[in-house]
Amino acid sequence: MADGMPDGDPGPVVLALRDVSKSFGAIAALRGAQLELRGGEAHALVGENGAGKSTLVKILAGVHGPDEGTVLLDGQPVTLDSPAAARAQGIAVIYQEPTLFPDLSVAENIFMGRQPLTSGRRIDRPELAARCTALFERLGVHMDPDRPARGLSIADQQMVEIAKALSFDARVLVMDEPTAALSGVEVERLFTVARALRSHGAAVLFISHRFDEVFDLCDRITVMRDGQWVSTDATGDLTVEQVVRRMVGRDVADLFPKQDVVAGDVVLEVRGLTRRGVFTDVSFDVRAGEIVALAGLVGAGRSEVVRAVFGVDIYDAGSVTLHGRPLKPGNPAAAMAAGLALVPEDRRQQGLVMELSVERNATLTRRWKLARMGWLSARTERATAAEWSKKLQVKAGRLSDPVSTLSGGNQQKVVLAKWLSTDPTLLIVDEPTRGIDVGTKAEVHRLLSQLAADGMAVVMVSSELPEVLGMADRVLVMHEGRLVDDIPRARADEDTVMLAATGQAR
Amino acid sequence: MSASTAHRPPTGATEADAPEARSRRGAALAQRLVVVRELGILAALVLLIGITLIANPRFLSGQNVRDLMLSAAVLVVLAAGQTMVIITRNVDLSVGSVLGLSAYAVGTLLVDHPGTPVVVAVLAGMVVGAVCGLVNGAIVAVAKVPSLVVTLGTLYAIRGLTSLWASSSDRLQINASDLPSSFKSFGGARVLGIPVLFLIAVAVVLVVGYHLRSYRSGRELYGIGSAPEAARLSGIPVGRRVLTAFVLNGALAGLAGVLYAARFQTLDTTAGTGLELNVVAAAVVGGVAIAGGTGSAWGAALGALLLTTIGTALPQLGINPFWRDAAVGALILAAIALDRTLTLRLAARLRGRNLRGS
Ligand SMILES: Nc1ncnc2c1ncn2[C@@H]1O[C@H](COP(=O)(O)OP(=O)(O)OP(=O)(O)O)[C@@H](O)[C@H]1O
Ligand SMILES: [Mg+2]
Repeated sequence: MADGMPDGDPGPVVLALRDVSKSFGAIAALRGAQLELRGGEAHALVGENGAGKSTLVKILAGVHGPDEGTVLLDGQPVTLDSPAAARAQGIAVIYQEPTLFPDLSVAENIFMGRQPLTSGRRIDRPELAARCTALFERLGVHMDPDRPARGLSIADQQMVEIAKALSFDARVLVMDEPTAALSGVEVERLFTVARALRSHGAAVLFISHRFDEVFDLCDRITVMRDGQWVSTDATGDLTVEQVVRRMVGRDVADLFPKQDVVAGDVVLEVRGLTRRGVFTDVSFDVRAGEIVALAGLVGAGRSEVVRAVFGVDIYDAGSVTLHGRPLKPGNPAAAMAAGLALVPEDRRQQGLVMELSVERNATLTRRWKLARMGWLSARTERATAAEWSKKLQVKAGRLSDPVSTLSGGNQQKVVLAKWLSTDPTLLIVDEPTRGIDVGTKAEVHRLLSQLAADGMAVVMVSSELPEVLGMADRVLVMHEGRLVDDIPRARADEDTVMLAATGQAR
Repeated sequence: MSASTAHRPPTGATEADAPEARSRRGAALAQRLVVVRELGILAALVLLIGITLIANPRFLSGQNVRDLMLSAAVLVVLAAGQTMVIITRNVDLSVGSVLGLSAYAVGTLLVDHPGTPVVVAVLAGMVVGAVCGLVNGAIVAVAKVPSLVVTLGTLYAIRGLTSLWASSSDRLQINASDLPSSFKSFGGARVLGIPVLFLIAVAVVLVVGYHLRSYRSGRELYGIGSAPEAARLSGIPVGRRVLTAFVLNGALAGLAGVLYAARFQTLDTTAGTGLELNVVAAAVVGGVAIAGGTGSAWGAALGALLLTTIGTALPQLGINPFWRDAAVGALILAAIALDRTLTLRLAARLRGRNLRGS
């Protein structure tokens, strides 16, 4: 549970926001928001999707200027009019969406603009790589500093962002959902580092939809709703239920309402699937009505397996059979036609066309189904989009707004809407609730459970153990590219899954 | 339960390597692709020269090579400058016109003041170019208009300006006889048998290439082109960097104008017309991605060399020079196809290569 406040006096207030408001056109993202960060504390900021958390972060980061209100640093009003200005004041930010340079090396990504120099003001490449390696060691990351950022999994992108923020030695570290794609072990490493920073007097602002993490790391919790400040309390004085009620404004029912379903025929058969150096000899079945979770540490190869099954990636050996018919490797179109859908983990790169509207994105995969004789009826398109957006409670100004203006969690909902609307017989979801708030998470879980009860087969890759345990009929555990365990619901608990995931079972 | 996780012995695949070794390979791969890309152009160049040599053994005679170097010098300088701009996901189509203006301005200066030292003439040309670059860069960076449109506009505007100046000063053409002998000898000067104009071009490429590779401001240009939003968020002064890239490119286009004047010694207001497309072609053939973020000045210079060589080699091979354009076109398409394949390969190989152990 909570570490509570550090002993003795709470540190002085380092950074504060007073009555900050910010609007984007007609949308008021922040309306009189408050925040107070003390030196030596970890402070959580929680709220529903679209509550304005990321907007607040961007104000601290100097990306957006507030329409009203003031930012106080050490009690003095400051103007943070550019990211560089915020940085100069010792504020380091991990943004919700990784923002890396795909063409540049990981080390350059971390130290862009601050590369170590030789006496001639040239970049000192050996030193650059050495510093990067040192950072990675601190975080327990195995990554080559010289590899380009292109092709990193979303979790690795997040680790790079974390390394970048740490490299600043900042007084204020702001982390906007840094753990959304990480599994327990990586989260623990991050927290170790964050605690070390805190004990050195830095202020840490931590945003997450995972309450166990919030209560584990943070000393105080600020709740926001609809762009407004609701409360700030010491963690020890709060319970999860209280926080949720303040966030949502009502009680949220059972978080993982999995219905019991009798499994039907085998829908998906994967046999001996191998991709050299990535995963080896992976075999499993999925039956109609089943929800099968793929668990494991980040980098165990879970996403890679489902990508190969769907045909986004190729594989070297093995076979995939759907409804008794072999599925052509490396052909996502064929997979879709056969009734397969994959909700990818990286929504920005693979899931959404950021410039297009919400409705266009939501219907992108099924435009041919919606089309009549080649013509796309704007009305049907809009109706379908509206239906799914409503089911998933997408919070958007208008459905014709570009997806890029949505909050992170709402973007995730649009990705889900897009694939659910294709009526698949086998749905593969990779981190389906990444960045989705409690209320909607329950909704997504209810929806998945409902779909399974209606006979859909679901494969779920998730790094969030409670979600895995709550939702899955069976848990397949991967460790370093191999399927090491198959745990039925009755036997699945935190210990069995984590032991298998860390390679200690059997 | 189903027989879903039958633990069969691994089939075929070797034991997974240590994560470190695996990711090392990823980086080495990326490195190799870059080298492959530049070696590819070099190979094409060598192949072309080889074939031409078979057809005409005197192709590599001293005078021929010097002519080749002289013809390439202008394009090489322009390509190096253009690289800086394209890397930031912009393009400068006005360089041909800037070259024309600079050449004409320097010519006028030399005719009116025959005593002007060559160095001053060179600097004057670069200043003229830099001012043009400043105009381009300011409109792009401040008004946030796409550079393609802006420089298309200045392409015509600057050319028009040159014509206007020429007609109002009643000096439509500047001939070799009008130019001071010091400048003319600069055009023909050699060091160790190599034309000075070419040496200047090589120096420019080395400096630009080295700066892009090894200095913070150079790396930031790559960052801007690779992901403009990320560049903004990481505190790179995007506007200022882009502006600087345009100014430097303009200055180099101005320098190219002086080189042009020194080489041809006969100038009119059409100098450099249509050159901009050659420059962009050279950069693209040389591996500078038009979408920004990748490529090097060295590659672009090799591209310029290759295009120039094609132009001189085809007649030697008895091929109608009209085929030159077709050959250049084919080369561009080949280069783009190659880049695309290499990128996809790299992405596919790198995906999943960042697995981390527990
Ligand atoms: N650039 C923008 N243009 C228009 N609207 C925006 C923009 N950025 C944010 N918004 C809107 O502001 C509101 C708050 O968004 P914000 O990203 O701060 O939410 P959040 O609390 O971070 O949510 P999440 O938990 O989903 O990340 C949302 O309704 C969003 O659509
Ligand atoms: Mg957010």
